[in-house]
Amino acid sequence: MIENIFRGGKKYWLLISGLLLLIAAGLAAYIQQWNIGLAVTGLSRDISWGLYIANFTFFVGVAASAVMLIIPYYLHNGKEFCRIMILGEFMAVAACLVAITFILVDLGQPARVFNIILYPSPGSIIFWDVVVLTVYLLLNIVLGWVALDAEYKEVEPPTWLKPIAIISIVWAISIHTVTAFIYAGLAARIFWLTALLAPRFLASAFASGPALLILLALAMKKWGNFDPGDQSLDKVAKIVTYAIIITVFFLLLEVFTVFYSQVPDAMAHFQYLLFGLDNHYGLVPWMWTSILLAFAAIIMLVTPSSRKNHVTLALACAAVFISIWIDKGLGLIIPGFIPNPMGEMTEYMPTMIEILITMGVWAMGGLLLTLLYKVVMGVRQGRR
Amino acid sequence: MNIDRRSFLKLTALGLLALAAKPALDLISKPSAARALDGPVAAKRMAMAIDLKACTAGNGCVACIDACHRVHNVPDIGNRKEEIKWLWEAAYKQAFPDQENKFATVPLQDRRMLVLCNHCDNPPCVKVCPTQATWRRDDGIVMMDYHRCIGCRYCMAACPYGSRSFNWRDPRPYIKVIDDGYPTRTKGVVEKCNFCEERVADGLQPACVEACSSGALTFGDLRSGSEVRRLISSGFNLRRKAELGTSPQVYYLL
Repeated sequence: MIENIFRGGKKYWLLISGLLLLIAAGLAAYIQQWNIGLAVTGLSRDISWGLYIANFTFFVGVAASAVMLIIPYYLHNGKEFCRIMILGEFMAVAACLVAITFILVDLGQPARVFNIILYPSPGSIIFWDVVVLTVYLLLNIVLGWVALDAEYKEVEPPTWLKPIAIISIVWAISIHTVTAFIYAGLAARIFWLTALLAPRFLASAFASGPALLILLALAMKKWGNFDPGDQSLDKVAKIVTYAIIITVFFLLLEVFTVFYSQVPDAMAHFQYLLFGLDNHYGLVPWMWTSILLAFAAIIMLVTPSSRKNHVTLALACAAVFISIWIDKGLGLIIPGFIPNPMGEMTEYMPTMIEILITMGVWAMGGLLLTLLYKVVMGVRQGRR
Repeated sequence: MNIDRRSFLKLTALGLLALAAKPALDLISKPSAARALDGPVAAKRMAMAIDLKACTAGNGCVACIDACHRVHNVPDIGNRKEEIKWLWEAAYKQAFPDQENKFATVPLQDRRMLVLCNHCDNPPCVKVCPTQATWRRDDGIVMMDYHRCIGCRYCMAACPYGSRSFNWRDPRPYIKVIDDGYPTRTKGVVEKCNFCEERVADGLQPACVEACSSGALTFGDLRSGSEVRRLISSGFNLRRKAELGTSPQVYYLL
C-alpha cells in the first residue's frame, strides 16, 4: 500500500515539493527559536501563550471531529460514510500530530519534554492532555490503517475494529474536553473560567473538522480522481450546518452572561475582543471577520440549493474553517491574557519567525495528510 | 512460570492501571492545606507582612527590589516584553483591582506598593505544573526547579498575581554582576520569588527584609508567638485576591 506515495503525477510532486519547501522554511525559523529562545516570538511576560497554543487548540478540535463520521457509520449504520470515513480518521492522525507539534514548538525547553512522563502529575491538565492525545493518535492510526488494509485485500475489516471505533468516539470527546479544561480550570483567567468552554470547543470542532474534510474531498474529486459521493458530502455538510449554528449560539450565550451581568473583570476581556479596550483594538477586526464569516456560512449552508452546489458548499466550508480558526485560536487564547491579572493592557503581535514556524507545522500536517490520502487513493484505484 | 500471552497482557494492563491509580488517589486524599490554616497554625508556615504605613515604595525607594534582584541574579533585559521581576512596585488598583473604596480619601489608594509571589497555601501554579517543577514545601514556600521546568508557561497562565516571569532568552548577558550565592537561569524556564529559601536555610532573613531600612517588611513563621503573626493579628490587613481561594501568604498591613 505504502508504495503509492512514490507514484504520482506532476501535480502530486508539485504539491509535495511545495509542502517540503514550507517545512524547510519553518525548520529554519525554528532553528532560530531554538538558538535564541522564545524571545524571537511576539509573546511576552503578559501574553505568555499565543499563535502556537491557539493553533494547538484549533487542531485538537479538527482531530476530534473524525468522530462525526465514525458515529454515523458505526452506530447508525450509515453506509454512505464508508468511503470518506478513512479520510476522516487520517485527518485526525495528521491533526493530532500537528497539535502535538504545536505544543513542542511552544516549549521553552523542548529537550525536557519527557519530564511530563518522567514525573507524571495527575493534578495537571496538560499531563492528561498528553495522555489522551497520544492514545487518540494511536487509535486513529489503527482504525484508518486496518480499514484501508482490509479494503486493499478486498476483505471485510476485522470485527475487533468496531470496539476500537467505539472507544475512539469516547476518546474524541475526551481529547477536546481535556483541552478545554486546560483553560476552564484557571481561577486567574476569568475569560476562560466558564463551564461552557468544553461544549463550545466540541461544537466548533464538529464544524471546523468536517468543513475541512469536505474541502479536502472536493479537492480530491476535482484533481485526484476520487468521488466521495454527493450523498455522503451532503450528510457531512448537514453536520457542519448544525455545528456552526450551535457554535455561534454558544458564543452568544457567553456574550449575554458577560454583558448582562456586567461584572467588570469578565467584561473587560470581551470588550477587548469585540470592541477594543483602552485604545487597544488588536483583535477587533479579526473577531468581526470571524463572526461575519460564520453568519455568511450559516446562510449558505441552511439554504439547500447552495449547500448542494459544490462551489457554494466549498465557499461555505472555507468560511466555517477560517471563522473557527480565528474564534477558537486567536479569539480564545489571546484575550484571556488581555488585560493581565493586574489590569494592565499589553497587546500581542506574532513575529515573522513565529508565523513561519506555524506555517511549517501546518505544512508538516499537510504533507502527512497528502501521503496518507495518496495511499487511500492508490488502494482504491488499484481495486478498480 | 507458565503464562500465556493473553494473561501477560492482562497483568501488564492491571499493573499500569495500579501505577496510574496511586498518584490519583494521593491527589484526592490530600487534605486541603488552605482549610487547615483557618485554625491555629500547627506546622511551620512562612509568611510576610508588608506595613504600608512604613513602606516608602513609590517614593523612590527601591532598596528591597535591588537587593532581591542582585542576590538572585535577576537580569535586566531592558524591555517590558521580556521583563523578569521577582519583587516590584505596582499601583494600588493593580495590586488590589477588586478593592473599590470610592470617595475614601485614604492616601493609600494613590500609592504604589510592593508585589511579589504570594506563596499561596493553595497555589494554582503548583496544581497545573505538568512536571512538578514547581511545588509547595511543607513550610509553605512555593519552590521552582529550574532544571526540571520544560517552559510550558502553564503556571504563568494560572497565577492570578502575575508573579511569574519567563526567560525568553539567555539571561546571563543581562546580569550586571553575577552573585555566586544563587544559580543563574537558562533560557526557556520560569522563575519567581522564592522567599529567599536559600538564605532562610542559613538562618538569614530574606534579602528584601534585610535591605529595608524603614522596617516595613517582616518575614517569619506564622505560628503564634512570632513577630509576623503578632503584626498580622494586631490590625486590619489586606491580601491580594484572597477571594479566589488561593490563600496568599503576603499580608498588607494598613
